[in-house]
Amino acid sequence: MKAILTLDNLASGLVTTIWTPVFVAIFLAIIAYAFWPRNKAAFDEAAHLPLREE
Amino acid sequence: MSQPSISKSMTIGESGLAVVFAVTAFLCVIASAKALDAPFAFHAALSAAASLAAVFVIINRYLDRPAALPPQEINGRPNYNMGPIKFSSFMAMFWGIAGFLVGLIIASQLAWPALNFDLPWTSFGRLRPLHTSAVIFAFGGNVLIATSFYVVQKSCRARLAGDLAPWFVVVGYNFFILIAGTGYLLGVTQSKEYAEPEWYADLWLTIVWVAYLLVFLATVIKRKEPHIFVANWFYLAFIVTIAVLHLGNNPALPVSVFGSKSYIAWGGIQDAMFQWWYGHNAVGFFLTAGFLAIMYYFIPKRAERPIYSYRLSIIHFWALIFLYIWAGPHHLHYTALPDWTQTLGMTFSIMLWMPSWGGMINGLMTLSGAWDKLRTDPVLRMLVVSVAFYGMSTFEGPMMSIKVVNSLSHYTDWTIGHVHSGALGWVGFVSFGALYCLVPWAWNRKGLYSLKLVNWHFWVATLGIVLYISAMWVSGILQGLMWRAYTSLGFLEYSFIETVEAMHPFYIIRAAGGGLFLIGALIMAYNLWMTVRVGEQEVQMPVALQPAE
Repeated sequence: MKAILTLDNLASGLVTTIWTPVFVAIFLAIIAYAFWPRNKAAFDEAAHLPLREE
Repeated sequence: MSQPSISKSMTIGESGLAVVFAVTAFLCVIASAKALDAPFAFHAALSAAASLAAVFVIINRYLDRPAALPPQEINGRPNYNMGPIKFSSFMAMFWGIAGFLVGLIIASQLAWPALNFDLPWTSFGRLRPLHTSAVIFAFGGNVLIATSFYVVQKSCRARLAGDLAPWFVVVGYNFFILIAGTGYLLGVTQSKEYAEPEWYADLWLTIVWVAYLLVFLATVIKRKEPHIFVANWFYLAFIVTIAVLHLGNNPALPVSVFGSKSYIAWGGIQDAMFQWWYGHNAVGFFLTAGFLAIMYYFIPKRAERPIYSYRLSIIHFWALIFLYIWAGPHHLHYTALPDWTQTLGMTFSIMLWMPSWGGMINGLMTLSGAWDKLRTDPVLRMLVVSVAFYGMSTFEGPMMSIKVVNSLSHYTDWTIGHVHSGALGWVGFVSFGALYCLVPWAWNRKGLYSLKLVNWHFWVATLGIVLYISAMWVSGILQGLMWRAYTSLGFLEYSFIETVEAMHPFYIIRAAGGGLFLIGALIMAYNLWMTVRVGEQEVQMPVALQPAE
């Protein structure tokens, strides 16, 4: 079957392809969040969480 | 009691569940009477009896309990709910021993086929899913439920949500195991690996699992601790993904609502792809994410050290989530699955190396400054060795997913060896370590009955694992090489039966390894039993005397 460039094909192609950059962007945002200097203190405290409960 | 007396009445949960179970009992009696096959009649009768028992227990519990439900807090401290945790811990140990024993039996059957006694119920084909389900879902599942209910309460500083709901989850889950396991013995199966239970068992598990998700989520929502601890992220990923996998892989149409047989909605390669999307993510989210949650709580707690890198835990969590879901096709190399899909599965499997090792490094490095404890604390040693096995088997897995390696390893005992280095070394040891911690905590004991016995368990089981996996490596590679050996004239050099004969000694070694692993678990069961029976009670310290961090 010949691939015809219609608006429908373009739309569905875009929708299925768009996930790759979207997921990459989300993952990069997560890395930025993890390494954001201002979050360091909160993460260091969270690392101690199992030790200071009751 | 100075409190004003409250007039006692049933909660909506109590009355509602009692009515639902009464109706279920009635329907199950009808289903049993109209059943088209004997196993279905048996399961319907079993469900009717269990439903009646549930009605009886709910009403009896109501009559015995005080008017007010247990308080959320006592003296400003959360009133943790340990009952369902104790139940699940006990069931984990019970199913663990049952599952290891059945594993030993089928390992022995492979070495000495006469041991199947020529009976349908004890044939390898029926006992093998009994073994896998008993160790993964019954043992592992109960460990995950018990530890998740403990960790979510402690790390959220909140009592487990619900009154009857947690009990519904733990008892309902074990009833699912009972239906699934007896079904296998009677020949009821939908023939999907790790998803063998038929439609009615699947429906029941769906209800139980949704209840599990709700109890867990509701506890997280009412937390007193603002931050959601990383272990809870892993538990939540495990619960949510298993729900999605279970629903995705099991859409089936029963031949009759009064019969056990059903047909899956799709056939051929679509079914195969769905099955291994399910199968590999059961590894990724049941056997990995869930047990990583255990690692992130129990290792810091036992080592009394903070998590090495909380940042790393966030990154490798999300990397696992994004990558694992694509790795399934590596189970279908060199099949009718399109080539590009196989390559995609292989690529994502190799990428999984990074998040897997991120978790391993984080677990091991949490011991920084506490390595000396490995000498004195066999429980911590068990936990740490489990993480080492996790690192080893997550190195081996991606390697085996590479197509050229897979062309040698696929369908051979190498796969069995790989699975068991993960299952015995990682999942088994991290579960043992967690139970050794959890039982004294849940039963309020000062410590274990005997650390010496833990030490024995550790060494006996470790020796068993080493025998098991090295035998399977040799046997698997031998098998793969014999299959692909050609003579100078281009004929296959070995007949199939010659490969079977060549593997015989390794099957005996494997069975010996499994036997040692079982002995270790029996030592553990005795130790835990004695901890509960004769262990010294922990004295409750007033809040003011708690050491400050």
